[in-house]
Amino acid sequence: MILVLVDHDRGVLDPLSTRALTAARGIDAEVQAVVIGAAGAAVAAEVGKFGAKVLHVVNNAEITDYAPMASGRALVDLVDSLKPAAVIAAGSPRGNEQLAHLAAFKDLPMAAECTSITLGSPHKVVRARWAGNLLEDANVHSDLLIASVMALAFEPEEVGGSAEIKEFSATLSPQDTVVKVIDRVGDSDKGGVTLTDAKVIVSGGRGVGGPEGFGVIEELASLLGGAVGCSRVVTASGWRPHSEQVGQTGSKVAPNLYLACGISGAMQHIAGMKNSKTIVAINTDPEATIFRYADYGIVGDLHQVLPKLIEAVKSAKGN
Amino acid sequence: MEILACIKRVPITGSQLMLTPDHMSLQTDNMGYGISPHEENAVEAGVQLTEQIGGQLTLLTLGPTDAEEQLRASLAVGAARAILLETDGNDWDPQATASALVEAIKAEPTKFDMIIFGAESADSAGYQIHIRVAHALGMPIITNVKAMKVEGGKVRGERVVGNQREVYEAPLPAIITVRDGLNVPRYPSVPGRMQARKKPVDIKSAGGSAPKLEKLKLTVVPSKATGAEILGSGPDAVPALVEKFKQIGVL
Repeated sequence: MILVLVDHDRGVLDPLSTRALTAARGIDAEVQAVVIGAAGAAVAAEVGKFGAKVLHVVNNAEITDYAPMASGRALVDLVDSLKPAAVIAAGSPRGNEQLAHLAAFKDLPMAAECTSITLGSPHKVVRARWAGNLLEDANVHSDLLIASVMALAFEPEEVGGSAEIKEFSATLSPQDTVVKVIDRVGDSDKGGVTLTDAKVIVSGGRGVGGPEGFGVIEELASLLGGAVGCSRVVTASGWRPHSEQVGQTGSKVAPNLYLACGISGAMQHIAGMKNSKTIVAINTDPEATIFRYADYGIVGDLHQVLPKLIEAVKSAKGN
Repeated sequence: MEILACIKRVPITGSQLMLTPDHMSLQTDNMGYGISPHEENAVEAGVQLTEQIGGQLTLLTLGPTDAEEQLRASLAVGAARAILLETDGNDWDPQATASALVEAIKAEPTKFDMIIFGAESADSAGYQIHIRVAHALGMPIITNVKAMKVEGGKVRGERVVGNQREVYEAPLPAIITVRDGLNVPRYPSVPGRMQARKKPVDIKSAGGSAPKLEKLKLTVVPSKATGAEILGSGPDAVPALVEKFKQIGVL
């Protein structure tokens, strides 16, 4: 049996968790899920659809909000009781962090960002390194496999079905809940499309030329119902806020359409967007690396192409 | 305030990665070296805290003899001293690395109020060493911090999730991992570089153990073999692109 740690934000399932469940089904037919915090019971129907037969809800009253060490401790208790062959989670900041707490408590190895997992003795994994630009074949020497999966590499696949809820109470120590979310601040009322949820991302790089050049990028993004992204050069130059940066040190995204404008395609940028379904690049340099990763390309100056594109999109939407 | 920043020497890669013939490491013949991007922010955060609150910043790295170059570069921006745990240059697995760091931290006469890591290393991205160190030292840990404040014996850290920032707090001594965007790392000044040459770097040998996460071989992920279908040049290509938008359902 594979135990999949699914994440939720106050009862709303993290979409990456559906990818982790899909990945788990590829390893073993018997998949159960665990969610931390009583509010997590709300995700049962959703995880059932993605193939979990059981959802274990860790319902300790001390866990009022996300508390990663408490998650780790709860996983220890649950693993000792259920004896799964592997514990899997999405390779998100939260998934990696909670699994690392489990691994540290149990002093077992952990393999992060796996693209392939074969159970055995030793377990065989393939994991992403260098932000996904290198793959490492590795052996994991332990009975219990603790591994996060490179979530964007697995397309979520519904199988139908429902998950039976089983309540579980872990034995926590006061230390486990010292670090937890105590507040949330910021732009929740802004209502815009977030980069990681956007179906369309229009992204600008050095070729945009300056902060004022992003006007056309913003206009096109808004016309397509998408979000604005940018490369590291752009945030380092202070043209756009860091929250819009796509890449190894920014957000990792996989929209339906990623439109890269004036982006040359540095490795660290590619790492953040190469899982996009369709990549379109607009660049003046026909030799730019970005064209190697793109599905479609236009060789040209974005400042000439985008205004024309905006016009065409407007008239297409008018029809 | 006594602060420790943990950093790692990594090659600065261009747009193409090449492997050694044994497929066990990167071909680094023509590459320069630096530290992982988030770690530049870790060093800067440490320097800023010592400027604001006083105390000193110590650096710790595990790596080959040449990692002294990265320690000196970070000493040049304001760290006071450094410890190099010398290896044969091979990758160590996360558990062995964490144990060596813990042993070195415990052996220090200095008791650190805060230990800062980068949120992930550029090369191996194991997402766990900092948490293993926190467990072994019994310290609370806040990860992926993009804004922070130290006040009243506590560190408050903010982490970006979607459009929001989550707020965490931990009593000192504590460990934090930081992300690019927390601050703007400074460049070393000429006097800074001069002083860095004289700052103490304590070199200790570190013995590893058999890896439990055992690397067998590396493979370069190929880019899409065909490359892009070029729709045309300049604004004339726009109608073809709009057609593609319709095909993939964004219009």
